[in-house]
Amino acid sequence: MQNYLEFEKPIAALEGQIRELRSVGKETGGVDIIEEIHKLEGKVSQQIEKLYGNLDAWQKTQVARHPMRPHCSDYIKALVDDFVPLSGDRLFSEDHAIIAGLGRWQGQRVAILGHEKGADTQARVKHNFGMARPEGYRKAIRVMDMAERFNLPVVTLVDTAGAYPGIGAEERGQSEAIARCTDKCLQIGVPFVSVIIGEGGSGGALALATASRIVMLEHSIYTVASPEACASILWRSSSEADQAAAALKVTAQDLSQLGVIDRILREPLGGAHRDRERMMADVGMAVSEELAQMASLSRRDLIDQRRQKFLDMGRTGIV
Amino acid sequence: MNWIKNFVRPRFPSVFNDRDETPDNLWDNCKKCGEMIFHRDLIAMQQVCPGCDHHMRIGAAERFKALFDGGKFERIDVPDVPHDPLKFKDQKKYADRLKDARTKTGEKDAVQVGLGKIGGRNSVIAVQEFQFMGGSLGMAAGEAVVTAGQTALAHDAPLIMVAAAGGARMQEGILSLMQMPRTTVIVQQLRERGLPYIVVLTDPTTGGVTASYGMLGDIHIAEPNALIGFAGPRVIQDTIKEQLPEGFQRAEYLLEHGMIDMVVHRHKLHEKLAQLLDLLMGGKTHETLPAE
Ligand SMILES: [Zn+2]
Repeated sequence: MQNYLEFEKPIAALEGQIRELRSVGKETGGVDIIEEIHKLEGKVSQQIEKLYGNLDAWQKTQVARHPMRPHCSDYIKALVDDFVPLSGDRLFSEDHAIIAGLGRWQGQRVAILGHEKGADTQARVKHNFGMARPEGYRKAIRVMDMAERFNLPVVTLVDTAGAYPGIGAEERGQSEAIARCTDKCLQIGVPFVSVIIGEGGSGGALALATASRIVMLEHSIYTVASPEACASILWRSSSEADQAAAALKVTAQDLSQLGVIDRILREPLGGAHRDRERMMADVGMAVSEELAQMASLSRRDLIDQRRQKFLDMGRTGIV
Repeated sequence: MNWIKNFVRPRFPSVFNDRDETPDNLWDNCKKCGEMIFHRDLIAMQQVCPGCDHHMRIGAAERFKALFDGGKFERIDVPDVPHDPLKFKDQKKYADRLKDARTKTGEKDAVQVGLGKIGGRNSVIAVQEFQFMGGSLGMAAGEAVVTAGQTALAHDAPLIMVAAAGGARMQEGILSLMQMPRTTVIVQQLRERGLPYIVVLTDPTTGGVTASYGMLGDIHIAEPNALIGFAGPRVIQDTIKEQLPEGFQRAEYLLEHGMIDMVVHRHKLHEKLAQLLDLLMGGKTHETLPAE
């Protein structure tokens, strides 16, 4: 059963009609019914094209958070051979909000880190909806350290509403963990690609996204604060989230213009959730391409270029 | 009990940098214990209540005077960055908010940089002013932190970061978030040059500031009772729907949880910094005074 977003109502209506006709068709098997279905299917693609060609920032936010969108663990399953998950920060606990591991990305040995939101209720609870605690970031630091020692490129898949705001997280130094993780990102002398696959929420995302190359999926978002949080602070009402999303410039297209990301990866028509296999295959290719471009760089160059990139970043506005 | 301050203040438009020209008859009251204090006395006390020791917010000019030897220092100019890079507008235009904050504080943005001496040693201090749009970290503040770091590198001097901020400057969107890695790079450069980077966390320091240069110090000092954290207490309460523990996210609480090295009274801060720099750097002192 397809999961429709608010703005997808016209698509939902058409696809509902198609389903009805199909069940009628099964009983009667009329040629005219098949023709009618074809006509409706044409309309559906037209409608999808129209809607998805003009998504605004708030609509993109909803697509970025779509529950059917491929998550970190889906990408790993589809793209990484020989995957070995790694657990724990060696200090306090294992944080399931961030998946870590070793494996082969289209044949190439890599270290992988990513936020996992979870696909069903049980998984969402287990992974804390992709909201990491300090242990998640400390695990990431540990794995990045190891990646550097064994000269393994690092691939991160970013998808989080943000770091978890809780008592324990604060007591164990959430801010220090994020700061150290970003710090580590800027210290490792290996190729490092980050893909924002869904939601890039603030410091909790940044801690895994301070990479040599940052790729964003066409309808993903990356933002300093969630549109809802921004609206409730600046508009004093979270219902103005659509306005906040537009003002914050959260889309891949905006961020590319601001020079904050390096590449936008097109999504299948109607978003990643409408053709998950293709989306994941495209991410697989894109990451391999980006890694290949860095393959000949020395350890020192990789570190220096990454640092220079971020030192230069955020000094200009919309060009 | 804030009526006196509120009533009197509008008659004296903001004075740039120094508040020394404030008339003698102006009173402030302590928000904590309610004690009425002469404004002048409060400046002499570095904005610490003589009645209850409450550390109130303090401007950059006063902070520099208190922390540099003999109150002598040189302001370091911070290069201009684009103002209002996103042309942001909420209920009010960001450009107007900026203008108001500049008029109110007499400063360009939230972080000011000074060069002077601490314990006879060339030192750079960056002060984040909560009075300027909640001290929030945007492009200008990030540029100031980078400038402070570069000044420290140029003078072979330690950097003292006096932090205070509600978090990121939301009106600058992602460009505000990108100040976190930017400032991290400059901290790394200091680290690699073997120059001390000491963070003084003041009330309040939360959000993107603690999650970057605010928590990357060689030594973390906090002022008494300062609120320090990643998420604000209200956000946490809304998320977990539980009562927060007594003293949660306060300086003393962080000390017990291992996140800071010490809590230091504002009146002892200069002395403590001088001692720490001496212990970290030894005989490396500079005799030439900076130009006034
Ligand atoms: Zn008092």
